[in-house]
Order: sequence, then structure tokens, then C-alpha cells
Amino acid sequence: MAHVLAVNPVPARSQMGSSLGFHIILACFGIAFAAVIMTAEWIGIRRGDAAAMLLARRWSKVMAVLVAVGAVSGTVLSYEMGLLWPGLMGRFGAAIGLPFSLEGIFFFLEAIFVGVYLYGWRRLPPWAHWWSGMPIVVFGILGALSVVAANSWMNSPAGYTLSHGKITRVDPVSVFFNASTPYETAHMVLAAYMVTAFLIAGVYAVGLLRGRRDRYHRLGFGIPFALGAIAAPLQVMMGDIIARFTATNQPVKFAAMEYVAKTARDVPEWLGGIFINGHVYFGASIPAFDSILVGFSPHTRVIGWDSVPAAQRPPLVTLIHLSFDLMVGLGFFLLALAAWQGWWWLFHRRLLVTAWFLVPSALGGVAAVAAMEAGWIVTEVGRQPWIVYHVLLVSNAVTPASGVPVTLGVILALYAILTGVSIGVPMIMSRRWRQETPAEEEAEQVPYGPAPAAP
Amino acid sequence: MSPSPDAIAVAAILIVVVAAYALFGGADFGGGIWDLLAGGARRGAAPRALIEESITPVWEANHVWLVFVLVLLWTAFPPAFAAIMTALFVPLSLSLLGIVLRGAGFAFRHTAQQLRMQQLTGALFAAASLITPFFMGTVVGAVVTGQVPVHPVGNVLAAWTSPTAILTGFLFVAACAYISAVFLVPEARQRRHEELTRYFSLRATAAGVITGALAGGTFAELSVSSPHVFARLTGVALPLVAISIAAGIAVLGMLWLRWYHALGLRIAAAIAVAAVVGGWGLAQYPYLFPTSLSLAAGSAPTGSLVGEFVVAGLALLLVAPGFALLYYLQQHRLLTAADTDADLRLAAELGQSAPGQAAAGPPATARITTALVLVILAIRAIRDLFASPRRQ
Repeated sequence: MAHVLAVNPVPARSQMGSSLGFHIILACFGIAFAAVIMTAEWIGIRRGDAAAMLLARRWSKVMAVLVAVGAVSGTVLSYEMGLLWPGLMGRFGAAIGLPFSLEGIFFFLEAIFVGVYLYGWRRLPPWAHWWSGMPIVVFGILGALSVVAANSWMNSPAGYTLSHGKITRVDPVSVFFNASTPYETAHMVLAAYMVTAFLIAGVYAVGLLRGRRDRYHRLGFGIPFALGAIAAPLQVMMGDIIARFTATNQPVKFAAMEYVAKTARDVPEWLGGIFINGHVYFGASIPAFDSILVGFSPHTRVIGWDSVPAAQRPPLVTLIHLSFDLMVGLGFFLLALAAWQGWWWLFHRRLLVTAWFLVPSALGGVAAVAAMEAGWIVTEVGRQPWIVYHVLLVSNAVTPASGVPVTLGVILALYAILTGVSIGVPMIMSRRWRQETPAEEEAEQVPYGPAPAAP
Repeated sequence: MSPSPDAIAVAAILIVVVAAYALFGGADFGGGIWDLLAGGARRGAAPRALIEESITPVWEANHVWLVFVLVLLWTAFPPAFAAIMTALFVPLSLSLLGIVLRGAGFAFRHTAQQLRMQQLTGALFAAASLITPFFMGTVVGAVVTGQVPVHPVGNVLAAWTSPTAILTGFLFVAACAYISAVFLVPEARQRRHEELTRYFSLRATAAGVITGALAGGTFAELSVSSPHVFARLTGVALPLVAISIAAGIAVLGMLWLRWYHALGLRIAAAIAVAAVVGGWGLAQYPYLFPTSLSLAAGSAPTGSLVGEFVVAGLALLLVAPGFALLYYLQQHRLLTAADTDADLRLAAELGQSAPGQAAAGPPATARITTALVLVILAIRAIRDLFASPRRQ
């Protein structure tokens, strides 16, 4: 790969990273919020539970706001694919574009059914309304599959034929179902459920801590927490499987995740630590445990980053390793919370409401977000210097256009505003719900939703 | 080398999607422009309310057309996409800025209650409605005039600042204002608001005349800046140009005669815009960039094109019924005896918190236990599945 132009990809990478890091949180709500709402509505209809129904109705309004902001940040990303990475899109757009097109369809459908669901609250019979929300759940997951498949393709490129640097044949099915797709998509969908569920539960944990212990707040905490608690063990298991897949599929990325400098057997597992000049400082190591995790035997050979020339190794191994450790650690923290509540429920059939449990639970959402962001750092920084693994270098894909530092600054400023909107709007709404009269709540307008009924 | 039939078909789909975006997105942007021009808070209240009421339901879905344009372009015509995105980095970034500001305003303005805050988000929204179509117009102008190099090595300022490109930018803004005003006339009429009907009728006429003049100017400019496109516009694409002009005059005539036929107005205005987009597509043929990049040289392999075809089919099959359902619900107020927010609030006894209240304990234990058992079984199954080949 010859460097035709020496373009510094760092501003473009930072811009893509921050846009993606922002959008992914909203995307989680797009994927999983509907499932939380449907559960509440199901309980509401099935048991005639007014508190659950009210939660479902209010949550659906918050969902509308978040989906609206997510639509914007998603549009930004599709622009940026071209604005920042014309070298990728010009060469491989024909392959990577297909999953994106499908995602477009699924998002369109999701947005339409968000509209139907919001319109239907007082216009459809209860079960018909419940079913009108199901497409949001299904299309949310299908949309996630499509867009994550595009990212998986960058990790495991497949389904195309190159001749003289130009794509001459594309097999859409192999592009979509590349080797990484099943692992990455499952990991991301579970992550979306955890992020959404623990963030919502966290809001009501704060309410419970403040002494609002009515049924409304218990359900508002319990319903999402239960979904998160189901996803947490599945996620930890999935993570273990993916790590092993990465050890064979992208050994250099795995080496950076686990500080494996040299290919060896009896490789220790490092917990924490900073890698400087071939040494790990401030870390705890468990002898041979990395080998055991990779191949269930201490004698398993683990490939180190010395297997490739220095120019093909990812930068910032300390960042990759610590992000990986953070993700795993937070995953186990959430699993422990889930197990604690599960245990209590099994024997007492009641929600655990001690501060010892609620305070960490209130932080569970932030932990889930941090874990997910750390995971994306691991997979994206770990793939460097490649944009398409072993096929195209980031430096050959980045735009030669000047001005990226400027757009980076603008994007950061704008996303600060958007973050304010996506946190601020639900907060204003919740304050209003507590203070206003029901009639005012009735007349409330949200994106996608119907205009207040004319008399 | 002539382009393959599937390349032509996907190019045609692309033109249809662009036309859809020009219509629906254009009406959106135009709404923002009239919002901007409506005057002070008091004077502009009525037109602003009408704009908000009639555009809101379809608002954000319009972004999806744009995303489809981008995705179709990069999948079916990757070299053109890469070149446009590189050479026209600046106007594209500016149009994106407009989209983000609009979106933020859109998500927030429903919740903003204070007048000051509403004015701020409204102004943000309106200004963004001006920026986005203008810079998109300059992008189209740059492409039409063939000023985008096939292998750009950086931004090309000259491409989108040529007289044709700038004129196209203004043309886009005027066309958005025009289409939106025409759509708003029957909306006002349906609400039996005579004053607003005249208000938007007047503005539609003015915008129509300005759009026509700008279109004429751009057309004349093209004869110099893009001879290929001009030759085809006056040749093979002439019928479409004629249809567009005829439809435009028909709209003006209807407004002049105060014959506010809702469907007639909308369809005529839509034809005026869609025919121009179609004419543009036809005039560019067989080039993506006249005359440096041909459709044949710039299109993706068959697999991708067929894939896009399937996606378009899916869209027609799934999205259309979904839209129909939403529209049906919007039009027919299917009122059933469901609880209102007020009923729910009362029934949930909010505000009267009962700390000692025991939570209901239905047999959820069974469900959680089942889930745990399933999880353990799944762990085992998947471990067996993936572990055995590695041990060998």
C-alpha cells in the first residue's frame, strides 16, 4: 500500500469517533426502548395496571424525542462516511453500501411505526395498539443487524472480487453475513438492551432513593431492570465467545486487548496496567490464564503483535487494553447487580429497595454506557491502522480535503447541544408530569406524535 | 461502452428518490423559510401555527429520503460519491450543519414552553431551512457543470462557486419556498382560514415567479457552462422541461383565478418540480459527471446494483403500507374508549405515595427461574459448539 498523500487521519478519526460515540447511545434507545415500553404496556393491559400503562405512555413520548435526535445524528454519520472516508467509499462503497441501504429501510419503518404507536394511544383498542408497537421492536433489531453488519464487514471483509484495485463482483449475501456478523450483531443488540434498560432503571432508582416508593416508581425501576438483568448474563457469555473468536480472526487486535507482545504459550492475563517499552506497570497478572481463556488449556499458543511488522500494529495499546478491562469489569458489575436483585426476588418476591442496592443501580446506566463506549474503542482502535482489515489502510481512505479540524470542532459543539437536548427534554417532561394537571399532559406534543385533538 | 441496463435502472431509482426528497424535503425547508419570513411574534403567529400543524406529521421521515440518496449514490456509483464528497466538502458540510440545527430545533421546540426559548429554537430551525437547500443547490450545480474532478486531491472551491452553481443554490431555495407555499394554500383553505389562504396564495405566486425567473437564468447559464446538459435539455429532455413549465403556469393560473382545488394544486406543483428533476437526470445521461465520468465507468458491479433493486422493492413492499397505515390513522380519528392520561394518573394514585405498600407478587419467580435455566443451557450449548474445534 503506497501512501500517495500524507494526510493526517487523526482529526477525521476523532470526528468519526465522537459522532459514532454519540449516535450509538441514541441508537440503543432506538433498538431497545420499544421492548421496555411493550413490556410495561403488556403488564398494563394484562393486569389492568394503570401505573404500568401510564409508564408506557410517558416512555413512548420520551422515545419519540430520542428517535428524532437519533435520526439527525444518523444522517450525520451517513454524510461522514463520504465526507471523511471517500477512499473507503469510492473503492468499497459497492460492498459496504448494501447493509446500509437495508438499515435505511428498517429505520424508515421504525420511524413510521413510532408514529403509528403514538397516534394509536387513544385511537386503537388496547391489544391492537400493543401489536402496533411490535414492529418497532422487530425493525429496531433488524436495523441494528444491518448497520453492525457493515462494521463487521470492515473487520472480516468478504463477498467481493478485486481486480486492479477495483471491485468487479459483489455478493450481497456474503457481504452481509461475513464472519464477524453473528458475533458483533449479537453483542451490540444485547449492549443496546443493557444500556437502555439500565439507564431507564437508573432514573427510577433515583426516584426510589428520594422516597417516591409508589407502585409507579417500583414498576418504572423493575420493568427495565428485569430486561437488563436478562441481557447481562447473556452479554457476559457472548463477550467470552467473541474474545475467543477475535483471538483467531484478528489476533493482533486480541494481542493489544490482552498485552500479548510476543506469540507464546502460558500467556498471563493482565488486569489493568500500563504498557511502556515492553513492560506492564501497575498491572496484576494471573499466570497462564489468558491461554486458558483462549483455548481452555495453559499451553494454548496465543499470537502476539510481534507477528506483524510495527507499521501494522494498532497504536495506543494501553488505551485498548484498559478499555477492554473497563468493559469486562463493568459487565461483571452489572451482572452482579442483576444477580443480587434476582436472588432477592426469588426468595422475597419483592423489589430490593435498600440504598446499598439502589445507589449502584442508579449508576448502572452510566456504567452500561461506559462499557459500550469502551467496547467500541476496543474494536475500532484495535483494528487500526486498517479501515478494512488487511485490505485498506485508514491513511488511504481519509479525505484529502482540508477543513476536517474545523468540522471536528463544529461537530463537538453541536453534539454538546444535542446531548443537552436529549437529556434536557426528557427531564423537562418529567418535571412537567409531576407538576402539571393531567389535561396539560394530554395536550403535550412530541415529534412524530399527533397534534392535540381539535375539539 | 454503454451503461448496463441495471445501472440505468438504479440511476432511475436514484432520480425518483431525489424527486421525492425535492418534494417532501423541499416542502419542509420551505415551511422553515416562510416561518423565517413571517415577521414578529404577534404578526407571524397565525402562519407559523399553520406551518407547524401541517408539516409536523411528516417531518422527520423526510430525512430518510436524503439518507437513501446518499446510500444509493455510494452503493451504486461509488467513484462519483467519493469525488463529490471530497471536492464539495465545504458546501456539503454546511448543508449538514443545517440539517443538524433543524433536527435539534425540531426535537426541542415541542418541549420549549417559554416564548424566548421557542423563538430561539424557531430561529435556529428557520435559518437552517435556508442554509441546507442553498448549499445542496450549489452541489447539484457543481455536478451539472462537470466541475467535480473524477479524482480530486482536495476541496475544489471553484466547482461550487461558479455562477451556475450559485444560481442553482438560489433556485433551490426559491423552489422550496414555492412548493411549500403551494401546499400550504389548501391546508389553510381546509381550515376555512380565508386570510391565511390569501396570504399563502400571494406568497406562492411570488415564489413561483421568482423560481421561474431563476430557472430561466440557470437554463441560460447552462448553455455556456454545460453544453452537453444544455443540448439534451433542449433536445431529448425538452418534453419534461415543457411539462414542468406548463404545470408551473397551471399552478399560477389556479392561484390567480382563486380556484384552490386542493388535489389539483398539489399535483400540478409536484409535477412542476418532479419534471425538472427528471429532466435533469435525462439531460445528464449517459454521464454521472458531464462529460468526465460516464455512467458505465462509474457504476458498481451487478451484485450491488441488483442488491439496491431488491432494497427498493422492499421499500415499496414494506414502507408504502406502513405509510398508508399512518396516514389512515391520521385522517380517521379512531376514537375508542381507552383511558386518557388523566384516568391513568388517577388510577395509579400518583402523588399519594404509600411507602409500606407491598408490591404485587405474581409468579414471576417461575419466569426468572425458567430464564436462568435457559441461559445455563444456552451457555452449555454454545460453549460445546465453539469450544470443540479449537481444542484439537
